[in-house]
Amino acid sequence: MSADTREKINWSNVKTVARTDLKQLIQAKDFWVPMSLLGSFFFIIIPAILLVTITKIGSVDVVSNISQTLEVLPASARDQIQGDTPGGQTGYALAVFLFAPVAVIVPLTISTAVGAATIVGERERGTGEFLAHSPASAREIYLGKLVASLIPGYFTTVVGFGAYSLIVNLTVGPEVGGWFFPTQQWWTMILWVLPPFLAICLSLVLRLSARVRSTAAAQQASGLVSLPLIMIAYSQSTGVLFGAGYLSIYLGAFAWAVAIFSLNRGVRSVTRSRLLGVAAGI
Amino acid sequence: MNSPMTRDFLVNVSSVNRSFGDVQALTNLTIEVPKGSISVLLGPNGAGKTTAIRMITGALTPDQGTVSVFGTDPGGPDGASVRRKCGVVSAKPSLYDRLSGWDNLRYAAELYGLGKGKSADGRINEAAVQFGIEAALQYEVGGYSTGMKTRLALARAVLHEPELLLLDEPTSGLDPESANAVLELIRDMTSDGQTVLMCTHLLLEAEGLADEVVMMEHGTSLIWGPPSDLARKYWPADSVRVSARNPEAMDALATAEGVVSFDRSGDTASFEVDSLDRVPEIVGQLVNLGVELTAVKPFNPTLEDLYFAVRKERSAPVNGESTPPPPPGALPRSEESARPTAKSAQSLQGASK
Repeated sequence: MSADTREKINWSNVKTVARTDLKQLIQAKDFWVPMSLLGSFFFIIIPAILLVTITKIGSVDVVSNISQTLEVLPASARDQIQGDTPGGQTGYALAVFLFAPVAVIVPLTISTAVGAATIVGERERGTGEFLAHSPASAREIYLGKLVASLIPGYFTTVVGFGAYSLIVNLTVGPEVGGWFFPTQQWWTMILWVLPPFLAICLSLVLRLSARVRSTAAAQQASGLVSLPLIMIAYSQSTGVLFGAGYLSIYLGAFAWAVAIFSLNRGVRSVTRSRLLGVAAGI
Repeated sequence: MNSPMTRDFLVNVSSVNRSFGDVQALTNLTIEVPKGSISVLLGPNGAGKTTAIRMITGALTPDQGTVSVFGTDPGGPDGASVRRKCGVVSAKPSLYDRLSGWDNLRYAAELYGLGKGKSADGRINEAAVQFGIEAALQYEVGGYSTGMKTRLALARAVLHEPELLLLDEPTSGLDPESANAVLELIRDMTSDGQTVLMCTHLLLEAEGLADEVVMMEHGTSLIWGPPSDLARKYWPADSVRVSARNPEAMDALATAEGVVSFDRSGDTASFEVDSLDRVPEIVGQLVNLGVELTAVKPFNPTLEDLYFAVRKERSAPVNGESTPPPPPGALPRSEESARPTAKSAQSLQGASK
């Protein structure tokens, strides 16, 4: 074990590293403008168009056809569907059950993009030299980078989730007897299940970022790593939404355990020699 | 400077080896930096100077050997306490281009434990004023000139008032005027008791600045010590350079009384004398012999002379042995670098009349 990993964590250093990274991100319009568009697209534009179309559409046949597809949902999910009209039921089902990937894809994509560049970026810009000579330990730098990568994705999700809730309640709410969203399953997913998946993804992405030679390579490799994780998170999130009882709690707990283990292992990936770009294999 | 017997060394790098894969970056490197001095690591690109600096802050750890800074191993558990007392300016300024100058300094202030309060802000302003960068602090560093970046990097390095400043080619990419200003600022720092260790491959830059030099090549320290002591080892006797329109006539000097060694190359001859007091007499003899002298200069070896002498000695072994120090006139150097001191020049001017 290196000296750095034995040192007590100075949380002030962690905060400083994270805040400085976030400040740079805010300055980088070329990064946050497309990422905001991505969030808007998944959380606002697509749901708004679909839900408005379904709940306000004139053709009863079309809505009936769509509502028939709800038969594929598990019985536990079908039992939860509210609404008296086919349009209302379809809107409810779409809003509550079928937009789960929205909440998964956006934060994982944004956090992966930030995390992939975070350590290799320091090396490429030459600022890794400053950090390597600084009193901050490698562990503090790692945690700072982790927080700085986690916040943009999760922040976009929270803001997008708020906007999505508003759209759902405004479009589907009148058809099912009032505001109903977020449901308990969505709260569980956003607050309990999604964060550990984000952490697992970032623990892998930061490891890659510490090891590869360039940001481009980090982005590519991170895409490969995060894609299966997105699929797993998507399927698990859908299960959480479909299911009932303690399933989501157990799933979240398991994901947290994996995340903590993975993050703990990931601490070792950030070393001063890697910040300098002189470690073997870089 | 302290005397050698009572020297207090802030940095002790002892017999350090370090490799990166198949590349041996440092081999048996030894460096000692006395407290309150300006020590200069001299060497060509790739000599291992930057790696040595990285060892001193604990950014890298040695494969073999020991590093002690302020009596502590910088690569050990207490490495942070060492780094907190060091200020580093790396070869590239390592600044965050997307942040303002102020934010760059604030980042360092917080990491080096100055906090965020008014006193930290005051210290940031002081450091910026010291390096004349205060007017640009609100702008993004990406728009700074090279000189401004170097000044900001220096301001960042001294922000927490470090006891040891490590400067890796701090004038790299600067115009001569800015480079001189930076060197002047470095000189000022040691007057406040700080210790400076600077890397450079520019010999003229180190000239007059270095209290101590360490000459490095291929990751190893060739020689180290105060420049005057080192020069004395290579040129134990006083030497003089003379030029003439009829240079062959100067060869008679080889057997002149008091001349320890003689060497002539083209129209310039160099000779060592047992005492500089003999020079007027020798010049008189040359004039009497009909030598049409065009220049008489004392040879005060510069760092450049020393550097090439050391490199020549170390890199050209003959039959397994090192070549002896070259005679004073045989060095590959320009006439301009032989700068007489005011005193000796005066005495020689008198002698040549």
